[in-house]
Amino acid sequence: MSETVSEKTRDRIMYVLAMLSAALLTWNLYKIFMILPDEKNQGAIYRIVYMHVPSIFTGFTGFFVALAASALYLITKDLKYDAFAAAVTEVSLAFASIVLATGMIWGRIIWGIWWAWDARLTTMLVCWLIYFGYVMLRRAIDEPTQRARLSAVVSVFGCVDIMIVYKSIEWWRTQHPAPVLSVRDGGGMGPGMESPIYWNWLAFMCLAAILVMVRMRQESISREIDSLRRMAHAY
Amino acid sequence: MDPRNFTYMFYGYAAAFLILVVYVVFLFRRQQKLTNELDRVRRMLEKN
Repeated sequence: MSETVSEKTRDRIMYVLAMLSAALLTWNLYKIFMILPDEKNQGAIYRIVYMHVPSIFTGFTGFFVALAASALYLITKDLKYDAFAAAVTEVSLAFASIVLATGMIWGRIIWGIWWAWDARLTTMLVCWLIYFGYVMLRRAIDEPTQRARLSAVVSVFGCVDIMIVYKSIEWWRTQHPAPVLSVRDGGGMGPGMESPIYWNWLAFMCLAAILVMVRMRQESISREIDSLRRMAHAY
Repeated sequence: MDPRNFTYMFYGYAAAFLILVVYVVFLFRRQQKLTNELDRVRRMLEKN
């Protein structure tokens, strides 16, 4: 009974988040394409920043949440934290993929090349590979506690790379643009041009929360299947 | 809107939404697969 109530509550939260995310995205896209002024040198392509930056904010937020959940697993050995870390990491990896794809398309026009082995791009690719490895590792190991322990270690390792990705544009001045956002003392983007980045981040966070909830439900079904199989073997 | 590089801007937004749609489809298919597997295991236990 209580599980049904909790499932209903979860469904309601998901609907609310979906509506909020859709409303925010619709308003933001309208603002980005119809209201915001053009950038002098880049033409329309500069608008990719409104997908690129919110995606990395969402991805990195998720990876840090996964780090916290992984650390909690290592301390408590409670598999629910492992399930949460796995769900958040997989969803964050989707947003990290958006960062790489949109960055490459922007680079094709602005730099004339799809990819450069510059410090920011390379560290971001390494970050993506670490978390892709995390997802693959979980598929490769059947034993739950061993899978959880090794995944938690990879999650901690991945977060070290996130710090390097973040600082890379300060430590090495290579091809990727220097910090632009005013929160990083980058001088800002002009009046009203920066706020859609944060609103899109909020919309993506709502979307990510929905995907994590769906993914958590799948983790719960997987656990149920595992326990039923163990029961079947016991007979 | 400035028409310069409009096509590649479109590709950028299309790529972003495509990745999300592909992931949602992937989640949906996995959900179906897990639900079917759960039903199968339950039926198997009931038979035993």
